[in-house]
Amino acid sequence: MSTDSTKLSVTETVAAVASGLLSKAELHAAWLDRAGLDDLNALSWVSDSPELVHGDGPLGGVPLGVKDLFCTEGVPSQSGSKILEGYLPPYTATVVEALAQAGAPLIAKTHQDEFAMGSSNENCAFGPVLNPWDRGRVPGGSSGGSAAAVAAGLVPWALGTDTGGSIRQPAALCGVVGLKPTYGSVSRYGMIAFASSLDQAGPITRTVADAGLLYSQMTGKDPRDATSVEHPDSVEPVVPMDLTGVRLGVPEELTGEGVEPGVREAFEATLDLARSLGATVAPCPLPHAPHALSAYYLIAPAECSSNLARLDGVRFGLRVDPDEGLDGMYGATRAAGFGPEVRRRIMLGTYALSSGYYDAYYGRAQRVRTLISQDFDSAFEDFDAIVTPTSPSVAFELGSKTADPLSMYLSDFCTVPMSLAGIPAISIPNGLSDGLPVGFQIAGPAFSENRILGIAAALEDGLKFDGSPAWIA
Amino acid sequence: MIELEPVIGLEIHVQLATKTKMFCGCEPVFGENPNTRTCPVCLGLPGALPVINERAVDFGLRLGLALGCELANRSIFHRKNYFYADLPKGYQISQFDEPLCSGGFLDGVRIHRVHLEEDAAKLVHSSSSGRIQGADSSVVDFNRGGTPLAEIVTEPDITSAAQAREWLSLLRTTVKSLGISDVSMEEGSLRCDANISLRPVGETTLGTKTELKNMNSFRFVEKGIEAEIERQRELIQSGGTVVQETLHFDPRSGSLTALRSKEEAHDYRYFPEPDLLPVAVGPEMIKAAQDSLPELPAARASRYEEEFGLASELAQRLAFNGDLGDLFEATAAICGAGSDARLVATWVNGEVSSRVDEGSDQTVEPEALAELLGLLEDDKITTAAARGILDTLIEHGGSPADLVESQGLGKVGGGDELSAAVDAAIASDPEAAAKVAAGEQKALGPLVGLVMKATQGRADGGEVRALIFSKLADS
Amino acid sequence: MIDRSEVLHIAKLARLSISDEEVDVLAAELSGILDHVEMISKLNLAGVEPSAHSVAQTGWLRPDVPHQSLAREKALDQAPATDGEGFEVPPPGSGT
Repeated sequence: MSTDSTKLSVTETVAAVASGLLSKAELHAAWLDRAGLDDLNALSWVSDSPELVHGDGPLGGVPLGVKDLFCTEGVPSQSGSKILEGYLPPYTATVVEALAQAGAPLIAKTHQDEFAMGSSNENCAFGPVLNPWDRGRVPGGSSGGSAAAVAAGLVPWALGTDTGGSIRQPAALCGVVGLKPTYGSVSRYGMIAFASSLDQAGPITRTVADAGLLYSQMTGKDPRDATSVEHPDSVEPVVPMDLTGVRLGVPEELTGEGVEPGVREAFEATLDLARSLGATVAPCPLPHAPHALSAYYLIAPAECSSNLARLDGVRFGLRVDPDEGLDGMYGATRAAGFGPEVRRRIMLGTYALSSGYYDAYYGRAQRVRTLISQDFDSAFEDFDAIVTPTSPSVAFELGSKTADPLSMYLSDFCTVPMSLAGIPAISIPNGLSDGLPVGFQIAGPAFSENRILGIAAALEDGLKFDGSPAWIA
Repeated sequence: MIELEPVIGLEIHVQLATKTKMFCGCEPVFGENPNTRTCPVCLGLPGALPVINERAVDFGLRLGLALGCELANRSIFHRKNYFYADLPKGYQISQFDEPLCSGGFLDGVRIHRVHLEEDAAKLVHSSSSGRIQGADSSVVDFNRGGTPLAEIVTEPDITSAAQAREWLSLLRTTVKSLGISDVSMEEGSLRCDANISLRPVGETTLGTKTELKNMNSFRFVEKGIEAEIERQRELIQSGGTVVQETLHFDPRSGSLTALRSKEEAHDYRYFPEPDLLPVAVGPEMIKAAQDSLPELPAARASRYEEEFGLASELAQRLAFNGDLGDLFEATAAICGAGSDARLVATWVNGEVSSRVDEGSDQTVEPEALAELLGLLEDDKITTAAARGILDTLIEHGGSPADLVESQGLGKVGGGDELSAAVDAAIASDPEAAAKVAAGEQKALGPLVGLVMKATQGRADGGEVRALIFSKLADS
Repeated sequence: MIDRSEVLHIAKLARLSISDEEVDVLAAELSGILDHVEMISKLNLAGVEPSAHSVAQTGWLRPDVPHQSLAREKALDQAPATDGEGFEVPPPGSGT
């Protein structure tokens, strides 16, 4: 088989390996070559081993790109931050280990926004990742390196993490598939935390079937993650669902104001496609969804302010010691090690938790979260899935939003409500606007991954999205 | 001058004797080489997550039951955020507004709550040479970090230092009987802080309190609280006001020094630990804890009264101080039914407890004590000699019979030796002898003293007196 | 809405040394964000329970079984300063 094997989807590649058409050695060599073509600053580390060691699982030896924030023993795990530059953990994240066992060995790690805080990858201490569709634009974030690498064909598939949209939004902006699973269905052990009650690992792939395949090997209760749970269903190989009679809800709150015309056009076209495939499409109220972003920007910073306290220059990572005692070392290390967005969120979160403000900010945000979950619960009584544009805009130009944190935060407007509710959502590419990819989001109730993957696959078949312009030749 | 009364509340940290730490599988072993009992979780490495130790929860429930607390059916862990070198994550996982147990009562003192948390690591300050500006260096050992702790908080129901000590001793006995901790103050598995304030007698509002930290023996608890009560009393009576602060008691100098606060602002920003879900305490867990409850000190005291015929105060003294109770029961069992358990009880409560610090390993073995009391009961030795032998047993160990033999401590009586000693005493102080002969009882003392001196206390006082009388009457 | 002194207090709690210019920038940025998130203060939340998590509501416990601890060299490997046995830190209390 020729090096064109890299153009196959992973599902096809696994079949080719299984039938003997493709050897694992050829496969690994081909992908090591592909990873070497990175001109996007998408990869933070690439394996220099000619042999990728993996278990004999169903993933066929197809190598995996992994977001920087997953701890990988002996391999830099920096979470996009200067404070962890060159950090070599003594252990590997449960999900990375499980995937290597299942036959998807680590080939490369991917750049990201610092500690997963950002929607453009411009908050990476090691330089921004470029969008392979237009190198003057951002790939989205925070899993921008993973999304760009998959879109550009540097890796066959990749792991990202999603806290408020960090898998779905970059997947949309790079024209690939991104699944944020149900909270708890994938172990967080070994994921350098941003916001513990929201963080969730998920696949970024070129096809919906690939996303289902990777996800099927990621789930399971991990004795090392107390928030992990057993998925009640086994995750089945993805088959396009017959959309006849499938009820899709369109929340006005997330599809109105603020959505770019090109994105709206693609969204409407996809709704038409769904109707033509037999689905019913109707408005679906999510009355508290407009408050999701506010709640999110209190909860996530509050958790991060505490999660990032361990970055203190004592046991690992950067230390700056101005010889002013312990507190002087803490202050100087953290000021030098964290970038501006991380500092901003630590400040915001510390404030939201501080004495006298807890009830007004964090406490209220947790109550809003309850209301948002309840909104989804009642919506799913009437609908099988809720659909929205993934991102209100296509990829924006580098530097265009960095001066205004709030405008950047609005990129997550459509993805944050699902994160707060802990429910699964997938983004699939559903067309181009001015030559840039647009994403379509499908969300379902907790543990409904099989369903939303099936719906996504049915639409994918009809959309026939062509991702080849992003491919690095 | 206004009469002031102390109001004291205690906060006790008990290290739970689980096999593994509170949130990870590392073994919390005392005295291991530094940093050999750590993992990503207890080192607070990026990406590591806590998972609650089932046995720690079980131990917490047992403690709650023994203290008569209400057990929560849902309990939540919070993060207590502050920076310090002994705290690897920048927060301690503790409990805040939904503790495992609340309310409760033990011997006149109400229990406010019992909650679970993780211990801090050990920060060793060493003045190392060779560093610029003569700065001290500190080194962190994370072996202890993450050890499960139960924190017991009392209401301010204690009114004296002595009561605090006695109550703490009862608490220690209770915890020890539950088998959930080594409760050694020396090794730090039992730590006590006290909140102390004074108020005019009759007032109900509380005065400004100070917190007295980490007194590491029962004696120091009493002395420290006493010293702080005195300090506050003098301060108030000389027109000063008590400032809310944390103090450290130095047992050697008896002085109290204010500690620098860890987080000046004391804003711990508690919030629910997002890495953990609430603990559901089901009926099976409660039943298991109930089934494991041993005989508690109050029940033990009643049993001593019934089984051994001890007076209730003596029974309580032994039962509430578990070390004494254990020694008493073991010794009485060896002595057997034929002997007088009350003698054992009196000795354990008096002679032994005055010689042995609570919780100390340097004590007397029940076999040796039984043998010693046997010799006493059989009139082979005098009480004075028995006391001396007890000193030796506690200090060096050994067999009482051997000690009597080797040191010639056997009772002198009935024989020529005592008779000769009495003759010698009469001969050396004829003046006293004459007075005794004339019926002057007071003069007997010096003569008895001479005999005791000559026999090194091995003679029985009554026998000596009788012998002096009979000899003087004969002459 | 959030002033310089609050920024300084928060920075101290968070152990972030910030420069004088940064104080003003942060005060402005944080105020802007807080203005936006204050939207939720208009919601009527009476009787609404807070959610710390959205999916599972109670957790499970870990059996009290020991695991292998890290070798000390491995534990100390990434530390900026050690004495070979422990993690060296600047003296607490000597700072400002």
